[in-house]
Amino acid sequence: MSEILGSVEGAFSLLFHPDRYLLSTILVSFKVSGVALLLCFPVSAAMAAAISLGRFPGRGTVKLLVRTAMGLPSVVVGLLVLLILSEAGPFKGLLWTPGAMVISQLVLITPLVLGVMISSLEGVSRRVAEAAHVLGANRLQVVWAVIREARTGFLTAAVAGFGRAIAEVGSVLIVGGNIAWADGTSYTRTLTTAIVVESRKGNFETALAFGIVLMVLVLGVNLVLSLLGRPGEAR
Amino acid sequence: MVKGLLLVGALFFSVSGVPLAAAELVLATTTSTYDTGLLDALNRAFEGMFGAKVKVIAVGTGAALELAKRGVVDLVLVHARPLEDRYLAEGWVINRRDVMFNDFVVVGPPGDPAGVKGASTAVEAFRRIAAAGARFISRGDNSGTHFKEREIWRAAGLEPGGRWYLLSGKGMGDTLVQASLMSAYTLTDRGTFLAMRDKLRLEIVVEGPVKGGDPMLVNPYGIMAVNPARFPDRNYILAMAYIGFITSPEGQRIIRELVVDGEPLFHPTALKQRPDFSEYVPRDWRGG
Repeated sequence: MSEILGSVEGAFSLLFHPDRYLLSTILVSFKVSGVALLLCFPVSAAMAAAISLGRFPGRGTVKLLVRTAMGLPSVVVGLLVLLILSEAGPFKGLLWTPGAMVISQLVLITPLVLGVMISSLEGVSRRVAEAAHVLGANRLQVVWAVIREARTGFLTAAVAGFGRAIAEVGSVLIVGGNIAWADGTSYTRTLTTAIVVESRKGNFETALAFGIVLMVLVLGVNLVLSLLGRPGEAR
Repeated sequence: MVKGLLLVGALFFSVSGVPLAAAELVLATTTSTYDTGLLDALNRAFEGMFGAKVKVIAVGTGAALELAKRGVVDLVLVHARPLEDRYLAEGWVINRRDVMFNDFVVVGPPGDPAGVKGASTAVEAFRRIAAAGARFISRGDNSGTHFKEREIWRAAGLEPGGRWYLLSGKGMGDTLVQASLMSAYTLTDRGTFLAMRDKLRLEIVVEGPVKGGDPMLVNPYGIMAVNPARFPDRNYILAMAYIGFITSPEGQRIIRELVVDGEPLFHPTALKQRPDFSEYVPRDWRGG
């Protein structure tokens, strides 16, 4: 118990006096997961609109596949990306870089973001679509009206996607290689993979402190996002 | 919209590192060399000398050699000679050099419930652990330490099994922590054990050759480059520069000077009075 309290104390003193190791690790985590979300979000939004508002054969199967892929184990995604990238080709140079980590997180979070978006669109689509139609909207305007109405769900999708990406260990460990330079600056080491190294070395307090830092930062991101998406604004 | 896509693209490449042409070396190695801080010390010196950064992928010996076989790393620093010989013979890696050695020790909980202390060899110790059914944690991960452990069980004529024998599937540090928490015996390299000793409730029950113990527990490390004939896109020149550096008086000094509580973690072996060709090729190599 005293160990946990010590770690909490250590975590906050680390947060207020961050060293280069912590700062660079935070930066790697946010850059990789942030870029993965930025790339995933517009594509998923378009796909979600097509799947939930479109009419095409096999729609049910597509939705089933998306829901199944929401539970993809991150280690499996990491291994697959490793094996694909290690085939000779234009992308081989991406292995052991943050770029490879972005790819694996993209694969990992897209089904989750897509799935949440589809659910939120389906939650509003019928009544809003009907109302928009009655008001004389054309097809594109109807789609836009539905997306606008589902934006809280889209925000949830973004938060869930970012949360899964930044808390994930398995795939970034494999394709990034958990690299820190010899001067103690992280290159492909994230907050989560740093926790792996530190606990392997027996530095439990540091490991737990990194975990607390991660939680505090994710809390901060959620606060900002929920302020952005407060109902009644930007209508 | 186009602007937005460009921005996202620029962000992507700013993290991907692809357009940067700076020289980089990818070294696959074991957790023991990385977690002890040895590689950070070596790589700082190497980077100062050659201006090339070193990416360290710390996995087990088996995984490190597999990465070499896939051509995704430039060189490997590992510790399982029989396995190294297989990859050398198959031509995945070349130009092997001896770098250093330390030794393995058998560690167990204070109080030594299986009465292992007093056994003069690892084989005898493993027999006592098995006979007592005392808890033993194996790495179970094809690492160099796991290879050595299986070699000892084979020499003891035992096939470990049963509920007392656990596979951790993790690195040495994790496994030591687990053994400490579960009051179990395990086989560890001395370096990792020394570096973590003050965080563990474990003590040495069988010494290795560094302290005059069982010669079977010797733990030699070798470094080798990925074969440029198989993987022309790997940085062979820089890999050889690293091999030259780590086997040089300077590299060997850095290895010798890494000391925890007055005890050296690794003993350099690269500087020799006369060449020993058996370090370059598989041990059963007959030329041709």
